[in-house]
Amino acid sequence: MSAQAADGTGRTYRRRPRHGRLFWTVADCWNVVRRGLTHYRRQPVSILWQLAFPILSVLLYGYVFGKAMQVPGGGDYKTFLMPGMFVMTVTMGFISTATIFVHDSKKGVIDRFRSMPMAPSAVVAGRGATDMIVSCAELGIMMGTAYGMGWRPDGGIPFVKAVALLLALRFALIWVGVWLGLMLPSPEQAGGLFAIVFPLTMISSIYVSPQQMPHWLGQVALWNPLSSTASATRALFGAPTGTGTSWPEQHALLLAGVWPAALTLMFLPLAVRRFQKLSR
Amino acid sequence: MDGHVVLAEGLEKRYGEKRALDGFDLAVRPGAVHGLLGPNGAGKTTAVRILSTLLRLDAGRATVAGLDVARQPREVRTRIGLTGQYAAVDEILTGRQNLEMFGRLFHLGRKRARLRAAQLLRQFDLEAAADKGAGGYSGGMRRRLDLAASMILAPAVLFLDEPTTGLDPRGRGEVWQAVRQLVADGTTVLLTTQYLEEADKLASRITVIDQGRAIVDDTPDGLKNRVGGDRIEVVLRERDHVPYALQAVARVAHGQPEADMAELRVHAPVADRVGSLTEVARFLHEFGIPVEDIGLRRPSLDDVFLRLTGRRTEEEPTPDQAQDTKGAAA
Repeated sequence: MSAQAADGTGRTYRRRPRHGRLFWTVADCWNVVRRGLTHYRRQPVSILWQLAFPILSVLLYGYVFGKAMQVPGGGDYKTFLMPGMFVMTVTMGFISTATIFVHDSKKGVIDRFRSMPMAPSAVVAGRGATDMIVSCAELGIMMGTAYGMGWRPDGGIPFVKAVALLLALRFALIWVGVWLGLMLPSPEQAGGLFAIVFPLTMISSIYVSPQQMPHWLGQVALWNPLSSTASATRALFGAPTGTGTSWPEQHALLLAGVWPAALTLMFLPLAVRRFQKLSR
Repeated sequence: MDGHVVLAEGLEKRYGEKRALDGFDLAVRPGAVHGLLGPNGAGKTTAVRILSTLLRLDAGRATVAGLDVARQPREVRTRIGLTGQYAAVDEILTGRQNLEMFGRLFHLGRKRARLRAAQLLRQFDLEAAADKGAGGYSGGMRRRLDLAASMILAPAVLFLDEPTTGLDPRGRGEVWQAVRQLVADGTTVLLTTQYLEEADKLASRITVIDQGRAIVDDTPDGLKNRVGGDRIEVVLRERDHVPYALQAVARVAHGQPEADMAELRVHAPVADRVGSLTEVARFLHEFGIPVEDIGLRRPSLDDVFLRLTGRRTEEEPTPDQAQDTKGAAA
């Protein structure tokens, strides 16, 4: 069957058949990414909205509470806080993954994509790629802000490693976001995710060291995946870590790699299965 | 293809206990609008989603443009357009950006996607708003953009799933106009709707679907004849006047007049709408019969359903709906 059709005027709109399936999968993926990036080009302010919370947190905790906050083992609180804010930024990002996905699926955009001769996998992969690119930009803005406030991290290989760990966490959370986006019944509910994410960031080492929490709460915070990434990046940036002698704190670097890998292994198949289930 | 551009035989789709489609048959001839008429939950959307490859079928066979939807979904997707119940356009992108994006995803290539977008914006009268965000479009404009996106490959079949639901009369008119133009250009349209009026205005053939099964396949006129077409209706003030009204209505009726004694309502199918209304009003006036209300009523989907299935469109079966006492007069 030749892939062409004629309209009433006898013109034909022939698709370009000379490339293979892999070429088109990549091309489709790129076109989905382009769509996502065009959103930010048309509404550049939306990226600042997404960063409003981490930036406000930096200002509030850094300046308002800054002097009152203690880092166990000593060290400047602002320097301690910054890597935590980067973790916060990548964590909040998954709310936007879920929001856009639930919006697209309830408004029929995903159905339209699925009724077209494009690669279905590009719908999900393109979203993920877009979010990774946007996260890089968000981290750049956050680090610029931190630099303006006097944050001076160690450079070189450890810096690159720290950024890689932050992006690994973001990558894992994409699949949680896609999965939730396909599960939630309406776009309004996606906004409610903040209520879940916010305590998750508080009960971690993002703001204060688990050492300073009541014992039982500290145990939860110690094993929170966000704590591992925060502690590991602190160490890599050369910031005070405020860590104690517990196993997860001593092995933060290892856990900062293991947690995202485990989350990806769990939620990537869930998200893909959920997507395939749309045709059932 | 034996002359049919869409052919479905014995389609079945189950969700647990519920049978969304239960042996659904459909045959659509090319070059016209085929209406799929039925109440909410009848299986219209399920049928369209199966035919447009969005859903897998449990049993039966379906071809679109001669291609098997279960075995050749990728090929089918190059021959169809789909406009679902929501205007599935990106609200942040402009109209032009939407069409160019979909064009690239239809694998037209960048340059031709751009040309095709410009062409479609002109065809669907969206040039003035082409570079504005689609989120700011009116309901009718958004629908037209949605239609334009479905027409990028000039598909053999366009599926329209309740395209005017939620639109104001003006938006509805705009969409109808656009659909007529597409059909004039040679596209075959499968239109699902809950409104008999819409099916009547656009379709040359109508399939009525109920509980996952096609129960009637007919022309709009044929369908209306089964229901009795337009009806004249007279509501009286006094019980004693019912025989007079029956007599008056019988003079113009195109079928059996009926009387509902509980509501003091006399009604009958008519052919000449305005003529019969004038005639009945004159007759009653001459005999000095006071009238509470008099008018013409178009058959609704509800009437079609009542006639064809003996049930109202709402789920509950109504055993005592036949309160109407048939009264012959003259």
